[in-house]
Amino acid sequence: MSPLWMVRRIGFYVLVTVVLGFFAVPMLWLASAPFDTEPGLGLRWPDWTLANVARTFEHPYALSSLLNSLLLCGIATVVTTVFAALAAYALSRVRIPGRDLLLYLLLLLSSVVTGTAAMVPIFVMMLQLGLINSQFGTALVIAGGMLPAAIFILKDFVDAVPRSYEESARVFGASPRQVLGHVVLPVARPGVATIFVWAFVNAWGNFLLPFLLLRDVGQQPAAVLLRTLYDEGGSANLTVIPVFSLLYSIPVVVLYLFVNKRYGFRFHGGIKS
Amino acid sequence: MDGSGLGVRRAVGFVAPALVLIGVFLVFPALWTLYIGITNYQLTGPAAANPRVVGLDNVVNAVRDPLFTNSVWLTALFVLFSAVIGQNALGFGLAWLLRTVRPWLRRTVEAFVLLSWILPGTVVAYLWFAVLSRDTGTLGLLLGQPETAWLVQYPMTSLIIFNVWRGTAFSMLLYTSALAAVPPSQLETARLVGASGWQTVRDVVFPHIRGHVLTNTLLISLWTANDFTPFLLTAGGPNHRSEVLPVLIYRQALEGGQLGYASAMSILLLLGNLVIALVYLRLLRRRA
Repeated sequence: MSPLWMVRRIGFYVLVTVVLGFFAVPMLWLASAPFDTEPGLGLRWPDWTLANVARTFEHPYALSSLLNSLLLCGIATVVTTVFAALAAYALSRVRIPGRDLLLYLLLLLSSVVTGTAAMVPIFVMMLQLGLINSQFGTALVIAGGMLPAAIFILKDFVDAVPRSYEESARVFGASPRQVLGHVVLPVARPGVATIFVWAFVNAWGNFLLPFLLLRDVGQQPAAVLLRTLYDEGGSANLTVIPVFSLLYSIPVVVLYLFVNKRYGFRFHGGIKS
Repeated sequence: MDGSGLGVRRAVGFVAPALVLIGVFLVFPALWTLYIGITNYQLTGPAAANPRVVGLDNVVNAVRDPLFTNSVWLTALFVLFSAVIGQNALGFGLAWLLRTVRPWLRRTVEAFVLLSWILPGTVVAYLWFAVLSRDTGTLGLLLGQPETAWLVQYPMTSLIIFNVWRGTAFSMLLYTSALAAVPPSQLETARLVGASGWQTVRDVVFPHIRGHVLTNTLLISLWTANDFTPFLLTAGGPNHRSEVLPVLIYRQALEGGQLGYASAMSILLLLGNLVIALVYLRLLRRRA
């Protein structure tokens, strides 16, 4: 226990504390401002109250935009998960002609064509199809963007399911649908759950596409409404914003806790190093 | 015959729905960008009804446009300092430091880093307004400089620090799993011969994770270059001083109505993405 060792030990913990502070301090606002009598854009020990919560519930669009988020996200997530599962299974098990090229192109596409790079044609296309302000249309656009990566991550999981399981199920006379439903999906469930959560978190936080495609405030999800709460009359509606931010964050925090407990946050295939 | 008994015909049927969505919402827009980019297409006015093909004029004009060159420069700074240097170094540092601390402390730090990654962008923007705002902002209070409006006076520096906060989690996760693959015996040997922490990282750890470093750098650069979150914090202002490429494209297209011109800029962004993605895929293939 030399003095040098002590100094290094203390330095080490100071460093860890500083990093912890860097990540944690911005989040304190989310814990204090919603329950403060005079919430502001700043951090202070709150003068506790629940009045802001009541005010938020009275806001004409707050709750409906959270429901819009659930609808938009629900459609995008289910479409992504189901379509990706079907495609990943087929691509993993059957040698479709040109499969490797297709996989290569999918991976390339998913990284090259991003929402920001393709925002103009997506906007123009939806405008000409009359799908501006369509939540279903917007959900499909979001799903289309997530599908290549989802197929990729899921294919890794399905590749890891031993083929002998399916072969023995076939020997006992199971139809392909039964093999998929009773053998492959249960075994690949962690993968499907991962994709489901990944797609949900992505769609839930997506701002650009709903912002471009849903111009009517009654159709907008929470991501867009939260932004317009700020723009209304130039100054922020600080009674509603903190509580609304908190409500809007709860689903991803719950999912984070769920994933962390169930699977732990680490790399499951997909992004191979 | 495949063991699943699926058959090629049904397999194609399984892949088709996904391919249709990808085709309509990714491939087609990408190709259409190329076309719109060579026209004078506008959101309103005569050029909205009858756009004219102007060839490469848009691209030439963009390259000569000070707003565009400014924005490419800012995007390069943003990617270099926040992703290549910031997220990479902090992500590795966290993965390395947290190996040895007590489990509860490691879990706590990791939880906050991961939360900063998965919280919705619009919420995160407010969290940072609270940190950076004038008068009552947390940073001003901590530094004893309450009059500083950080986002106005130092917009790019603020965005860079913000993006390090926002994106470090991915690098941390990737490097944590990479470090787990370094043979413990080699680390032990380094410790026995009295190598310092830095020497161990340089001579023992780095040779093992070189591939991970490259992969990570490429991916986070790609994401950072295409990140739209700066719009939520500064919307490109003040006076274009934080107008990274995605924000410039949005403002030119939707606020300025110059769809053709904005598409020409998108083409240049797509080209940048393509270069990074091809390098990344080459790396993946070589290792596979």
